[in-house]
Amino acid sequence: MTTLIEAEHLTRYYGTHRAVNDVSFTLAKGEVLGFLGANGAGKTTTMQMLCGNLAPSAGQITINGFDLLDQPKAAKRNLGYLPDTPPLYKELSVQEFLLYCAKLHGVAKNSVTDAIKQAKERCGLSEVADRLIVNLSKGFQQRVGIAQAILHNPEVIVLDEPTVGLDPIQIREIRSLIRELGQDHGVILSTHILTEVQESCSHVQIIHQGQLILNETIAGLNRQMNTGTLQITTRLAPDINSLLTLPGISSIENMSENRIKIHHSVTANPAEQIAEHIIAAGWGLQELTPVKRSMEDIFISLTKEHREL
Amino acid sequence: MSLILTIASREFRTLFLSPMAWTILAILQFILAFLFLTQIEAFTTLQPKLASIEGAPGLTDIIVPPLFGNAAIILLLVTPLLTMRLICEERRNKTLSLLLSAPLSTIDIILGKYVGILGLMLLIIALTTLMPLSLLCGGELDLGKLFANILALLLLVSAFTAIGLFMSCIAGHPTVAAMATFGVLLLLWILDWTSGLTDQRSELFEYLSILRHFQNIQSGLISSIDVSYFLLFITTFIALSIRSLDNERLQK
Repeated sequence: MTTLIEAEHLTRYYGTHRAVNDVSFTLAKGEVLGFLGANGAGKTTTMQMLCGNLAPSAGQITINGFDLLDQPKAAKRNLGYLPDTPPLYKELSVQEFLLYCAKLHGVAKNSVTDAIKQAKERCGLSEVADRLIVNLSKGFQQRVGIAQAILHNPEVIVLDEPTVGLDPIQIREIRSLIRELGQDHGVILSTHILTEVQESCSHVQIIHQGQLILNETIAGLNRQMNTGTLQITTRLAPDINSLLTLPGISSIENMSENRIKIHHSVTANPAEQIAEHIIAAGWGLQELTPVKRSMEDIFISLTKEHREL
Repeated sequence: MSLILTIASREFRTLFLSPMAWTILAILQFILAFLFLTQIEAFTTLQPKLASIEGAPGLTDIIVPPLFGNAAIILLLVTPLLTMRLICEERRNKTLSLLLSAPLSTIDIILGKYVGILGLMLLIIALTTLMPLSLLCGGELDLGKLFANILALLLLVSAFTAIGLFMSCIAGHPTVAAMATFGVLLLLWILDWTSGLTDQRSELFEYLSILRHFQNIQSGLISSIDVSYFLLFITTFIALSIRSLDNERLQK
């Protein structure tokens, strides 16, 4: 696996405000990295630094082996970037705009036509190619922005909230496009929509108040999501203290008189012992359900945990 | 180099996609044609008197310098309007990041923008030059002097454009850029008026005055002092523009 992006200890100050704090990560070919975070968490700042639009206050970025500061042209040649607002010259037609972008990125003259045709097909723009960008709907403008980012077939594609303003069908198309691109490129996308990460990414990073608080593969995240909580309903009120003595139980939450939530460690699953214990005590077991944590729960618990620290 | 031309040609074409360039060209041509005709009128009334004077100013002297002088004043008003959007608008429309993340240096971006607007300026100068050239149908022109005037106007608008570009880099809003450009240009234009008013002339002000250098070249005296004044002027403001765009990445 070739490493396409290496970001080391990125820090960025806006005045005295530290927007990004010591963020390091790598991206390899064939990975789709989802960047998650609340508004103002530092997603866009990090992406702008990756694409050379902002200079980091400290830290180093290497793109496909080229240092972004020392060899900016070589590094940027391997980069396609869709900012949070698509950078479109609205007075041009789609075709003219893509031609201009192709020239800017130094696409070889004899392959310009093919490159534009391919980008248009991939983003579903063939039918609107001759229309002025200003007259296109927001969704189509977004697609032109994506087309612009993948036009020159860069190794690294950075997409800042690519599915904003798209309708559900378009979102599905763009997600499958991202997965497709992820096969032979490295893709980074930022979003605050959690399902999007689950659907299209292979890796997840959660950034909160400028700090990276989670860096996981999707599989690892899925494992985390299955952990930890059982919901139990009994006919009679259970004795919480006696339940707590069972091995593997970390805490018990009282939902109502007859309903409790048991949090347990990831490694041990005490469901069987709990059931036996309740039946033996004669409380009348009515329900025992594992609660699957949603991505939202993980996100919220991680960001909350962090705030408390 | 080809990248500079790519940016320049888009800039030039975009000007003509909106009514902006067309309007400016039309109005400019109309006003200058009117001034040109008044100048011819003046020449025809003066002609009998001039014939009797030894070493009197000729056709070129009476028509060309006033025409180009007037063109310069009108361009002083027009250039800020043309240059105000160059970088400012890109920043506001967030299209600047397209240029910043493309494999371009800031030098390419600034020079591309500069050359693009200069293309329109060349067109304006060419259209202005056509008027005196039309006199060749029925008379003779001092072509050397005409050339000096063209050169003077070219250097002048190149300097105007360089300031305009710089102001567009530092201003947050196009109107601010236009106002600032206009203010600086007007100040440079009137800077040597002080020398006429008092006994104490300021040589520094005289040297800085853009009008004086322009008129020197216009008179047919192409000296390296005046030419290098303009070249220094242009280089300084282009270098400042490049610096300011570079700074864009560093702080916000």
